[in-house]
Amino acid sequence: MLMEIKQGDGFTLLRPRTNILKKKPTSVDSNWNFKDYFGAFLVRVSSYRNNYTTPTGLFKIGKPDKTSQVVVSANYKLSFDILRKSLAGLDLWILVLDTKGVNVWCAAGKGTFGTRELIKKIQESNLELFVEHKHLILPQLAGPGVNAHEVKKVTGFKVFYGPVAARDIPDYLKAKKVATPQMRKIEFSTWNRLVLTPMEFIPLFKYLIYYIIFIAFLFGLKTEGIIFKDITLYGYPYILSGFMALVSGSILTPVLLPIIPSRYFFIKGWIMGFIVQISLLINFLNKNEEIYFYSGISENLPFLILSLILFPLFSSFAALQFTGSTTFTNMTGVYKEHKYAIPLYKSGAAISFILIVLHKLLLWR
Amino acid sequence: MNLTYLSNVSTLKLDEEKCTGCRYCIFVCPREVLNFHSRKAHIINIDQCIECGACQLNCDSNAITVQSGVGCSAAIIYSMFTGKEATCGAGSNTSGGCC
Repeated sequence: MLMEIKQGDGFTLLRPRTNILKKKPTSVDSNWNFKDYFGAFLVRVSSYRNNYTTPTGLFKIGKPDKTSQVVVSANYKLSFDILRKSLAGLDLWILVLDTKGVNVWCAAGKGTFGTRELIKKIQESNLELFVEHKHLILPQLAGPGVNAHEVKKVTGFKVFYGPVAARDIPDYLKAKKVATPQMRKIEFSTWNRLVLTPMEFIPLFKYLIYYIIFIAFLFGLKTEGIIFKDITLYGYPYILSGFMALVSGSILTPVLLPIIPSRYFFIKGWIMGFIVQISLLINFLNKNEEIYFYSGISENLPFLILSLILFPLFSSFAALQFTGSTTFTNMTGVYKEHKYAIPLYKSGAAISFILIVLHKLLLWR
Repeated sequence: MNLTYLSNVSTLKLDEEKCTGCRYCIFVCPREVLNFHSRKAHIINIDQCIECGACQLNCDSNAITVQSGVGCSAAIIYSMFTGKEATCGAGSNTSGGCC
């Protein structure tokens, strides 16, 4: 009987069930080449990460034999690359599940790194023909998707939850599959948070462009037509403040997360946005003669008020988006934040819109 | 630095009577919410709980319950405005979603 297994990157493998050992699992190298490094960079800054997959099934690293351990991974290429890099010098089997190119933690949450997929891959790869033991090492963060007891009942393989980070696997194996409490904890260092910020900033920046076009059109508009000088004069503080509010909420707040007061993300983002906006206002007022306030402070009063309402709230909104990227928030808490924050955003947006129009009317002549 | 989220919000519940002591909940918890003594698991730090659901799924005796789900703002806003369930990928323009 022939069984056709579709592989992630397009090639097809024909595997006779009765003579499985004819077709050997592919060997993988633990070293990274330029393409791997470049890919690891691209996935951090673009939607490239949505289609960054590896083939699935059973692989070899080093020269594994029947007594070698089996580690299970996802087919997100960055996860797989980090895993193989961490296993340099070891002889192991790697069983790659089809998680649709999603990392272990997120795939477990969605259920694609799940009990069913694991059982399917154990059976499809005929794992029991390659190893004589009945042990599987899973990444600990696969826990939300895999029921270890169920896997044991169906396949006979006992699930060992390994460390959170792949780099701890060699030590975990040396300790005969016992993880220290340190290996069981998720980290969320400043660096961990920093690498996530481009994908916080870029998606929201697309919306900021609409705002910039609106401001440029509104403040450039005169009875004579669109005046570019007026955009730079009156629209500029709106545009700079909007941009800095996004920087505040999507980059500064995530990076400075532990030192900003409050446990609520929407308050953290608001505080950061308020500090940023105050410093911008001081900067604008210092330049009052030549640039912004040459036409008088009273005409620009709507902007002064609005800037302290709209931009801190915008920063707060951007910071709230980060809840989903962290390793320490929970769903009930995030719901609670939205219950408080959404009404604030709605009323803040309404007041700001009125003030923008008022500002424009005061400047109209 | 250990970051902690809001206090007293986690829906995690553990029925110690039902616990059979397999310790799988301790293995899967990435936040040291549970510990193990006197042959049973105990909740020691509920505010660290991120409601990932790993302990519930890996509990063979149904001793643990927790309402797990995505703590993702985009998904929650989408569900608040449409009334649909919050899932990964909801409200985003790519089918792959955010993570």
